[in-house]
Amino acid sequence: MVQLTLPKNSTVKNGKHWPAPAGAKNVRSFKIYRYDPEAGGNPRWDTYDVDVDACGPMVLDALLYIKNTIDPTLAFRRSCREGVCGSCAMNIGGRNTLACTHGHAETPGKAVQISPLPNQPVVKDLIPDLTLFYAQYASIEPWLHTTTPEPQTEWKQSPEDRSKLDGLYECILCACCSTSCPSYWWNGDKYLGPAALLHAYRWLIDSRDEATGERLDDLEDPFKLYRCHTIMNCAQVCPKGLNPAKAIAEIKKMLVERVV
Amino acid sequence: MAKSPSSARFRTPLSRARGLGASKHGVSHFLTERLSSLALIPLGLWGVFAGLRLAGLGFEGATEWVAIPLNTVLLCLLLVTALIHLQAAIQVVIEDYVEGFVAKSALVIGNLFLCVLGGAVGVVSILKVAFTGAF
Repeated sequence: MVQLTLPKNSTVKNGKHWPAPAGAKNVRSFKIYRYDPEAGGNPRWDTYDVDVDACGPMVLDALLYIKNTIDPTLAFRRSCREGVCGSCAMNIGGRNTLACTHGHAETPGKAVQISPLPNQPVVKDLIPDLTLFYAQYASIEPWLHTTTPEPQTEWKQSPEDRSKLDGLYECILCACCSTSCPSYWWNGDKYLGPAALLHAYRWLIDSRDEATGERLDDLEDPFKLYRCHTIMNCAQVCPKGLNPAKAIAEIKKMLVERVV
Repeated sequence: MAKSPSSARFRTPLSRARGLGASKHGVSHFLTERLSSLALIPLGLWGVFAGLRLAGLGFEGATEWVAIPLNTVLLCLLLVTALIHLQAAIQVVIEDYVEGFVAKSALVIGNLFLCVLGGAVGVVSILKVAFTGAF
C-alpha cells in the first residue's frame, strides 16, 4: 500500500545549528537536510545562519558559501550555475527547482528549507540517486529511429516540423517534474514519469523519425503512460517552463487517433 | 517508490526500467472513462430531474412513471453508464495505491464483479417494475 508516513529510520531529526558570524547584519537561516548512509543514524535538519550580504543572490550561492566557509561536509551537485545542466535540482521551500536559478529572497518564510528531490534514494545530503530516472529516459530510446538508408546529406525537416519540437527539446533532465509527481511517487518503478514521457513525445512528433508506431506500442500501458492523471505538478515546477503534462496528453491523443 | 525485490538486486537499471514491457492496452480504458463521463452529463442531469419528479409522485405514481418506456430506458442507461464509469475509476484508484500482484488483482477483479452484479440486479429491478409492477 501507499506509505503516507516516513519509516522510523527516515524520520528527520533536529541537527546542528551554525550561528552567523559576529557582526553579520543581513542574516537568513538555511535549514538543510543532512544524511550520510555510511555514518548511519537518521537524517537531520542542520540550520545555518548565513550572512546573505556575503554571498550571491541564488540558493546555490548560499550553498557554496556554506560549504566553503561554514561546513565543508555538506554534499550537493552543481555544475553550470546557470540553469543549463540540471545538476543542482533540489526541493527548496517545498518546491522542486534549480538552486542556481532560484533566489533565496524568493523563498517565503523565516528559514529557507532545502531537501533533496523527493521520493528518490539519497546518496548523501542533497544528492538523490537518479539511476532509475535516467534508465527510464534511456528506455524510451531517445534517438532517431530510421529504416530508410541514410541520405547523403542530413535528414531534412521543414521549419514548421522543426518548430513542433519547441517546448520539448529544452528539457535538461533535472528530474524536478518526475520527482514532484504523486503518481511517480506511488508507482515510480513502472510509471515512466513526466520527463521520460516528454522526451518520448519529442521523438514521436519528430517528422524524421520512422518508428512512431513502435514507440506508441512501447508506451501503451496502464502503468508506463496512463498513471498520468493530469495532476500538473510537473508543469508547475519545471524550471525551464515546459509542460510535460501537455506532452503526455498529446501521446494519449495519438493513441486514440490510432484506434478511431 | 516501491521497494525492489532482492531478486532484482543485480538487474541493470535499464532492465528494471523496461520491466515486463508495455502491455499494449490502455486506450480502451482511457476511452471508456472519457465516453462514459460524457454520456453521464445529460444522463446525470436527467437523473436529478427524475429524482425530483419521483419524490413528489408517491409509491403508485413512481411505479407508473418507471413503466413509461422512455423513463425505463433512460434509468437503465443511467445505471449501466454510471457503473461502467465507477468500475473504470475504482480500478485506477486500486492500481494507483495498492501494491502487490495478489492484492491488486483480487481488488480489480472484485471491483469488476461487484459492478457487474450491481448492474444486473439494477437493470432487472427496473425492468421488473416497468413490466410487472412493484410486486
